[in-house]
Amino acid sequence: MSNRSVIPFGPQHPVLPEPIHLDLVMEDEKVVEAIPSIGFIHRGLEKLVDKKDFNEMVYVAERICGICSLGHGLGYSEAVEHIMDIEVPARARYLRTIWSELSRIHSHLLWLGLLADAFGFESLYMDCWRLREEALDMFEASTGGRVIFSVMKIGGVRRDVTDEMLKDFNERIFKMEEDLKTLTRPFLEDAAVQTRLRGVGVLTSEQADALGCTGPFLRASGISCDIRSTGYCAYGDIDFTPIVSTEGDSYARTKCRILEIFQAFDLIHQCIDKMPSGDIEVPVKGMPNGEYMMRIEQPRGEALYYVKANGTKFIDRMRVRTPTFANLSGLVEILKGCDLADVPILVLTIDPCISCTER
Amino acid sequence: MAFISFKKTILRNLFSKPYTRKTEKEYPEGTRGHVENDMDVCILCGLCSIKCPTHAITVDKAAKTWSIRPMSCIQCRCCVDNCPKKCLSMGTKFQEPGEEKISKTFKQSEKAIAAQEALMKAAKERAAQAAAAKAAAAQGGAAPAAPAQNSEEKKD
Repeated sequence: MSNRSVIPFGPQHPVLPEPIHLDLVMEDEKVVEAIPSIGFIHRGLEKLVDKKDFNEMVYVAERICGICSLGHGLGYSEAVEHIMDIEVPARARYLRTIWSELSRIHSHLLWLGLLADAFGFESLYMDCWRLREEALDMFEASTGGRVIFSVMKIGGVRRDVTDEMLKDFNERIFKMEEDLKTLTRPFLEDAAVQTRLRGVGVLTSEQADALGCTGPFLRASGISCDIRSTGYCAYGDIDFTPIVSTEGDSYARTKCRILEIFQAFDLIHQCIDKMPSGDIEVPVKGMPNGEYMMRIEQPRGEALYYVKANGTKFIDRMRVRTPTFANLSGLVEILKGCDLADVPILVLTIDPCISCTER
Repeated sequence: MAFISFKKTILRNLFSKPYTRKTEKEYPEGTRGHVENDMDVCILCGLCSIKCPTHAITVDKAAKTWSIRPMSCIQCRCCVDNCPKKCLSMGTKFQEPGEEKISKTFKQSEKAIAAQEALMKAAKERAAQAAAAKAAAAQGGAAPAAPAQNSEEKKD
């Protein structure tokens, strides 16, 4: 019988962009148990509803996380719009869809880069981030910001996009598609990469379902669950089917995310083709009164926004349940029985976003 | 054989553009970098400071100054969208990093103050004339007094 030892992993670790701490209980080279602890970057943003009125709160919601900032603004605005019975104009809904898909592209490309870095492919990492720059440029041209976009507002969006710019986006996305096709080959076909990814960290569909995982992490285990199917924003009008893999290992998660980037390109093309004309916002009258639970699909999975308003300009409660929080229990499960050398990649494959989780 | 397969890459690298970008970036038109104020047009109404989510803008009507704390500004463009005179605008250049939390103050020029005071004076004169006309109408009889009151309400 071998001795057990505990290895601390994080909060500062080369593979982790954000702080999360894992106590790895080891038996020789195998992980027996992983005990996560979070709370290193709690900022108390939910409490700020006492200080900022419901319109200003959009900017606070956007600052929950740097990578999913657009999604947070969108989820909060949609929740308040449902409380106030505001019908968002069609053009605003389509613009929101385009921006959410662009944010999915840039988030997944960032993740691909980090994964390449984790298994030691430095130039592949740089290439992924170089391609991500194109998505950020499109954001900058259309919204004015690269990370924090400030385009969401209650009742619509704050900025319109001209038809010339949309045409330009179409071309740029075709180019990105070509570039990404060459970039995905090392991820999906390289033998060295496959030895690191195939069969590592398998999560069965029963486990994924029982642990309440979300996003590509869940879909890679063979469960077709995507909140975009509920048809919020313009997702109801466009052709969309969730991407599912059945293997449930790290390779399936990578493949799922890569295919989602290609799907996002397709969804943006569809939105640009169907883009309606008209207003981009409706005036907001009165104060919100009531409560609503809004679910949207972030790049990392299902995010949930609960807003309770009391008829004044300050909201009673805002609660955000982020995808990474749901996926942490799945992470603890897949870490059991893996090698110590695989831990960094397995932590990455849930695409952890700790800023979101702690708010 | 290895050299032949390599030759393509070498030739491509010799005659292709650099793979990386230049450091001097060209910002697109709508980039939200920093807030600027055209003080000749500004009427110091203070709407921007009310609408600012981070309270970064201070308007001092007595000293005729408009100041912003760039380190607190989150470049949300709220002030620019709510400006009634459209004197505020967003520049594309980002705020430079610094050691101190500085405050940028814009002061109205003497010429602009004089021009705005002249405008105020003219408006006051117009108001005085209207009041005099109203008083004259009230003295003239009870019948024309009622429409005069109505017009006063519309002005409000």
